[in-house]
Amino acid sequence: MSTVSTTARPAGSPSRRRRATWPGRGGHLFVAAYVVLLIAFGVVPTVYAVYFAFTDAGDNFAGVANFVAAAGDFRYLSAIGHVALYLVCWLVSLVVLVVGLALVLHRVRSAGVSRVLRFLYYIPGALAGAASVMVWLFVLDPTVSPVSFLMRALGFSTFGEVVAPGHLPVLFTLIAFWTGAGGWIVVMYGALNNISPDLLEAARIDGAGAWRTAWHIQIPLLRKWIVYMMILAFAGGTQLFVEPQLLSQASVGVAGRDYSLNQLSYDFAFQNNNVNTAAAISVELLLIGLVVAGVFVARSGFFDAD
Amino acid sequence: MTAKADAAGARRATHRRARFAGLALGVAAVLAAVAACGNGGTGAGAQNGFQPVQQTGGKLTVWVDSTRLPAAQLYQKAHPAVKMDIVTYDGDANGSNYLQTKVSLFNRTRSGWPDVVFSSQNNEASWAVQAGFTAPLNKGLISDATLRGWAPGANDPCMVDGTLYCLRNDLAQTVLWYNAPLMKQWGYQVPKTWEEYQALGKRLATEHPGYLVGTAGDNFTPEIYLWASKCGANRITAPKAVKVDTTSAECTRMAALLDSLVQNHTMATSSVFSSDFDKNSADKVLMMPGPSWFGGSIFNEAFKTPAGQIAAAPLPQWAGDNAPSVGNVGGGTWLLSAHSANLKDAADFLTWVSTSDEYQGKVSPGYPAYAPAAKAWLAKQTSSGYYSGDITGPLQTAAAQVWPGWGYGQFSQEAIWAATVTPGLTAGKTIVSMLPDWQKAVTDYARSDGYEVSQ
Repeated sequence: MSTVSTTARPAGSPSRRRRATWPGRGGHLFVAAYVVLLIAFGVVPTVYAVYFAFTDAGDNFAGVANFVAAAGDFRYLSAIGHVALYLVCWLVSLVVLVVGLALVLHRVRSAGVSRVLRFLYYIPGALAGAASVMVWLFVLDPTVSPVSFLMRALGFSTFGEVVAPGHLPVLFTLIAFWTGAGGWIVVMYGALNNISPDLLEAARIDGAGAWRTAWHIQIPLLRKWIVYMMILAFAGGTQLFVEPQLLSQASVGVAGRDYSLNQLSYDFAFQNNNVNTAAAISVELLLIGLVVAGVFVARSGFFDAD
Repeated sequence: MTAKADAAGARRATHRRARFAGLALGVAAVLAAVAACGNGGTGAGAQNGFQPVQQTGGKLTVWVDSTRLPAAQLYQKAHPAVKMDIVTYDGDANGSNYLQTKVSLFNRTRSGWPDVVFSSQNNEASWAVQAGFTAPLNKGLISDATLRGWAPGANDPCMVDGTLYCLRNDLAQTVLWYNAPLMKQWGYQVPKTWEEYQALGKRLATEHPGYLVGTAGDNFTPEIYLWASKCGANRITAPKAVKVDTTSAECTRMAALLDSLVQNHTMATSSVFSSDFDKNSADKVLMMPGPSWFGGSIFNEAFKTPAGQIAAAPLPQWAGDNAPSVGNVGGGTWLLSAHSANLKDAADFLTWVSTSDEYQGKVSPGYPAYAPAAKAWLAKQTSSGYYSGDITGPLQTAAAQVWPGWGYGQFSQEAIWAATVTPGLTAGKTIVSMLPDWQKAVTDYARSDGYEVSQ
């Protein structure tokens, strides 16, 4: 202690002065790179999209004309329907299965088995999105699929039968779940580990079994994590693009290249050379994501202190 | 204390406002700069005709698909002095719109255009001219003497208001491919009419179940069958006008024929490119109407059909129809960029790649659109020993019989058919019952691309 006090710099030293004028500079430096990238590739493109959405090809203010044009397109309503149906399948399966699997994983007694399971859950998420879809293109083709016996048992003998339009919401949900749910299972597992063992012990002493413990103790305490997952999964789900786009290519168009709103926006931009209407659709998706996130946060008390 | 706090708060608020205003100005400046870069993306070529950029020479950037890669490599080998950057891309296969997407972005950034591009799609001129991407070729870049060498009508997809904006790589006229030894063994006659074709399909279903007379499962099924039947699904009547009629007698007669053969399982509902066709049906083809490139690309390379089996015959015609007609599946085009700073080398490459015997006559998998090269190509096919008999006659005849009533609009007929009709066909619906849906889809897509549609 004495050493510290004798070697401490006087209050007016240059180092002290710098700290006083720039408090928390370490933190600022840590986030600076992120902030720069966020502005360059997040904020500026978003503002640019909003600018496009309210102007025409000649850069004149267009009011809501681009939004009207998008809504008037013959593919618009069907794309909304496709995305809505997919979101229902995707969000329900995500919540039920992720929470269920995390609870099961949490009850696994063997540390080794738990570690292996967590690793296996996480692996698909480590693959890039497009690569994951490519894997599924093979899995879904009964001629080359390693689970072709399963598909033949379900009555599918060709790729065309598997990718019938009515099956697409389920197929996209399967792909998205396989790609993205593993990470969430690991997150939920971590959250479950944060629940006080005393609480679980008390529940056990009170006679609560696994089901009652999960329903009355663990799931309510996971609520904020579930809401967080829902917000991100909803935003990601409305952006559906890679899965239908690649499936469309692989099925030589059977799956349709304007299945989702993002695909429709892409088509407007690069097929119809209408960037303004494309931007209007992307702004709509942004607004929907923000509104739904707001509703989730408000209804769940996401920011309430425990 | 409160007053001081209020004053300090007001100062902080003022500073915050000033900082926000600064940030807003900064964002606005960035936006203005970006917007300025984005303006005028179509370039001068779109409105005022072709005005070459300053010719600085330099590296020639060429985009090709994997099939055309040997063409660029051969040129490079023969012209080592030309600096080339050969880029492979998907060639816009399956209507991927990759080229259009990239050109749209290059137009915004005002750089990056390739000098010469191959596309497997014949309708590129429909958008590329409007985008100011393609240079007119018959205004001095390619000599008239050279241009006269193309087969009659071959470059029609490249003509916009009398100006030529691309060169056709190969013709993809349809003929009837068939297994000659099998035909002989089973005592069948090669059908000359569609009625005979249908009757043979009916007989085949009974006598040799499992064997096929074709497939209706490709996204180019309409090009093979309905085009050949003179079905007016997309008759382009002006640069931005199209007449769509998919329920005429010409359409329904062929659709009914396909339905009957699908029903008796002599016509597959899988694509020739699908893994299940390759596995289950490739060795069960008795006959298959298809384009000129089917012989090499499908039977020889994909199906590995042994040599000496595959023969070509003229496509069947409808009984009583005096004007023979065939369809067309692709063919591919070469486009030269109006933004090229090396027009001399670009034009030389374009001419060589589309006319030379070294590539078109000896290497190209498709029937060259340039007539002299087509002769060399046919001679090579005949001498290859792969085909049963001489395929020259049927292919040459079909080259002059492609029905001109099928247009090359901006919308992809193949994508529309694939999304509208193919799923229904897989689900067991008849093509005849889906013709009105097809009409509606073609109409909707044409309108969304700015076409005036008449029925």
